[in-house]
Amino acid sequence: MSAQPRLAVFKFASCDGCQLSLLSLEDELLQLAARVDVVHFLEATSRIEPGPYDVALVEGSITTADDEQRIQQVRRDSKFLVTLGACATAGGIQALKNWSGSEAFVNAVYARPDYIRTLETSTAIADHVAVDFELRGCPINKYQLLEVLQSLLAGRRPRTPTHCVCVECKRRGTVCVTVAQGIACLGPVTQAGCGALCPAYDRGCYGCYGPSEQPNLVPLTDHLRAGGMKAEAIATALRSFNAYAPAFRQESDRLAAEVAERESTP
Amino acid sequence: MSSAVTSGVAIAANPWLAQPARIAALTQEVAGVATYHLRFVDPEVNAAYRFRAGQFNMIYLPGVGEVAIGVSTGGVRTGGVAGPTPRTDAAAAEGPTWDHTVRVAGQVTTALSRLGVGGTLGLRGPYGSVWPLDEFVGKDVLLVAGGTGLASLRSAIYELLNNRDRYASVRLLYGARSPDTLLYASEYPAWIDAGMEIQTTVDRAAAGWTGPVGVVPQLQSRLRPWAPERTAMICCGPEVMIRFAVRAALARGLNERQIWVSMERNMQCAVGLCGHCQLGPQMICKTGPVVRLDAIEPYLAVEGL
Amino acid sequence: MADQAATCEAFAAELPRWIAKGDFQSLIDRLWELGYRVIGPTIIQSAIGYDELRRVDELPRGWTEQQSAGSYRLVQRSDGAWFGFNVGPHSWKRYLFPPQSVVARAERQGDWWQLHDVPDDEPAFAFLGVRACELAAIAIQDRVFLNEHHTDPTYQRRRERALLIAVNCTQAAPTCFCTSMGTGPQCSAGFDLAITETADGFTLEVGSERGAAVIEGLPIRQATADESAVAETERARAEEQISKRLDTTDIRNLLLGNLDHARWDDVARRCLSCTNCTLVCPTCFCHSVTDVTALDDGSIDRVRQWDSCFNAQFSYIHGGVIRADVRARYRQWLTHKLASWIDQFETSGCVGCGRCITWCPVGIDLTEEVAAIREVPS
Repeated sequence: MSAQPRLAVFKFASCDGCQLSLLSLEDELLQLAARVDVVHFLEATSRIEPGPYDVALVEGSITTADDEQRIQQVRRDSKFLVTLGACATAGGIQALKNWSGSEAFVNAVYARPDYIRTLETSTAIADHVAVDFELRGCPINKYQLLEVLQSLLAGRRPRTPTHCVCVECKRRGTVCVTVAQGIACLGPVTQAGCGALCPAYDRGCYGCYGPSEQPNLVPLTDHLRAGGMKAEAIATALRSFNAYAPAFRQESDRLAAEVAERESTP
Repeated sequence: MSSAVTSGVAIAANPWLAQPARIAALTQEVAGVATYHLRFVDPEVNAAYRFRAGQFNMIYLPGVGEVAIGVSTGGVRTGGVAGPTPRTDAAAAEGPTWDHTVRVAGQVTTALSRLGVGGTLGLRGPYGSVWPLDEFVGKDVLLVAGGTGLASLRSAIYELLNNRDRYASVRLLYGARSPDTLLYASEYPAWIDAGMEIQTTVDRAAAGWTGPVGVVPQLQSRLRPWAPERTAMICCGPEVMIRFAVRAALARGLNERQIWVSMERNMQCAVGLCGHCQLGPQMICKTGPVVRLDAIEPYLAVEGL
Repeated sequence: MADQAATCEAFAAELPRWIAKGDFQSLIDRLWELGYRVIGPTIIQSAIGYDELRRVDELPRGWTEQQSAGSYRLVQRSDGAWFGFNVGPHSWKRYLFPPQSVVARAERQGDWWQLHDVPDDEPAFAFLGVRACELAAIAIQDRVFLNEHHTDPTYQRRRERALLIAVNCTQAAPTCFCTSMGTGPQCSAGFDLAITETADGFTLEVGSERGAAVIEGLPIRQATADESAVAETERARAEEQISKRLDTTDIRNLLLGNLDHARWDDVARRCLSCTNCTLVCPTCFCHSVTDVTALDDGSIDRVRQWDSCFNAQFSYIHGGVIRADVRARYRQWLTHKLASWIDQFETSGCVGCGRCITWCPVGIDLTEEVAAIREVPS
């Protein structure tokens, strides 16, 4: 029996993209494999060992009654539980149903809606069990995942920045797309980690990494509206992969409420 | 045509190159606080190292990070009150050790607490300003400390007591959370013997505690005899405690040029460059940690500065 | 650098020279021949930034910009000017004090890690197009990185080898306030060469021995009186166009004496704490160093990165952060830049370039913040 840390990867409601980040580490993965025992990773191997696990990487959100039970077992089996990505950390894009209920979505998506058993909400892992570390992103950044695993091996907290994307834009010399092109960008309120990818290609930040530390959303949305952007459009922009992250949810709700009030006033 | 580019440039020394040091001995002080008696691995470096009371070193644990820790008494002593450095390591002849009293608080100090005697780490320093003990000659020296803040006064205490006859009086007012968290308690008898008056207080008493219960500023208000015109006060502890201690001293007639405090901020570079440790106009790593009160008094009470 | 300023004065007595636009490429070629890596203005994404430059047609010829608080737009000019713009999103800071560098490397050696230097192999820079406010900014960073207390090896190596070719501004943006800070618009010291653009060519001043050596043998002649006069008119226009003002009267005490002013609460409601102002600022120097462990050999790089006082974690100390809200962080930035910088480095940290105004995504203007505090001091 190996004395190496036992690593398990679990999937809930998600697209598998975050798990793929682990596989796309390629070279690093081989070096990593020499230092940990991967005992449960269905995406990569059919080998399945029961718990306990030293580290559990959990991808996906909770959308079914089965999942609600399964995550409890994962928690019981795992010493250190890391959530991977927007689904596991904030409920993911599928949390859009939290505003309208699942019925309309199920009817629109599935040929046989009657086969589908789902909860009315998509919720983050932390809404169900204690989470030791949340790794953001849609998908996660593989180097940040590497940092998490390395830090666990070294016995320290992972170093993933909590500041906003703007810092990464400026470090790489990207010209601000909001200031120079008037493009709406969530960078100032979104946590860094992607390396400020989109603005480097003249796109505004979509908020894939969720809210940054202490995001100041109101002045940003005020400014976007002053520039001619409609409250509806801003609310839509906030309601994407991290729609149900508290800071984004709160602001999109505030804007939506304003829109609703305006529409109800003749 | 001469190339302008190849002109020789004498490149400055890199401050980030910490020197390897070893934990020569370890003293568990109180719960969560230990004194690491460190010795540079290179004997020449160790022999050449000097610091002055009040200064700090950066302790580096590779892969984890760095933390600023005050250097307390250490080194070779001749006569006077001996520093309490335990000589449990067989090789005391290897040279002096440099003592760092550390409370487990963050990542680096946690990682440090997992190292035992013989463990290695990086050390660079000393950095920062000093307690201006020479200015205190002939005066009543009042030391005010709270919690682990006493560690920053320890080398000053030994220096004062080793030259006790130069000072009119040396008094320590020290507050801790509870009797079992009083730092360096085993050293107090030697300090008293050497001519220091010590008053301690605790926030919460425990069985057997006969001393006062309360905060340090209360001790200050009862201090007798009291001659403000010839008193110098040095102070270290939690920032809120410093604020109250300073207020109590000012209320008893000291002025801002008679009080020195040791401040704590996030220090990374220790050479006044990274910007983390600012407090108003001060860069605490460079113009501090010891600052005279008049330099920071307007900023001490400002929330979030 | 004091000696450089002195040399500039010595050369100032000389009459300006002249290089035709048609010959300007020869200057750039010469710089590369000498081993310099030439960095100059060029269009990057939708702005005029600084990048490597080999040919004059990479200059933003015929382009200018419109700047205001929170807005920058590239616009074409009718006159085809080569340097007919003001400062953009980049500054020379990113070359002298790179956004990311390795300050030391630790390698395992027995039971310890040996730390050693990681040599900076960047070739010498030739900065083409340094504005007066930027010369001032470099002089301020010199005080930060090269002082009697500490000298930063990377900055020192890059700075001492860098050749500075200044360009006098011939126009000003609405965000410019160099005249308030005493830094411009005219380049008066700290350059190796300085040029002023006119329709057909540039008048050229030599500011140092190094500058004189660089242009040796190039097609450069004495400027005529007319050419000098035209250049003077061009320079004067920049000064006339500057409209923004920052009243610096007793500004240190004004700001440090108003740390509880209601305006800090007001600006905290507008500020995103996004760090943009600090990172576009040509003098802001705050940074962090963290360890990055290589997976293969386990060696550790101590990586220095630009950081900002607007990041909450910047003031982290065991148990929490000191500047816990936007109010405290904006106050830290503004009071440091305009007030406590004076205590620390005997100069203001602001050169009046206006970048923090233009590149603030929500258009906060520090001159307005100061004016508001000055209007009703607490």
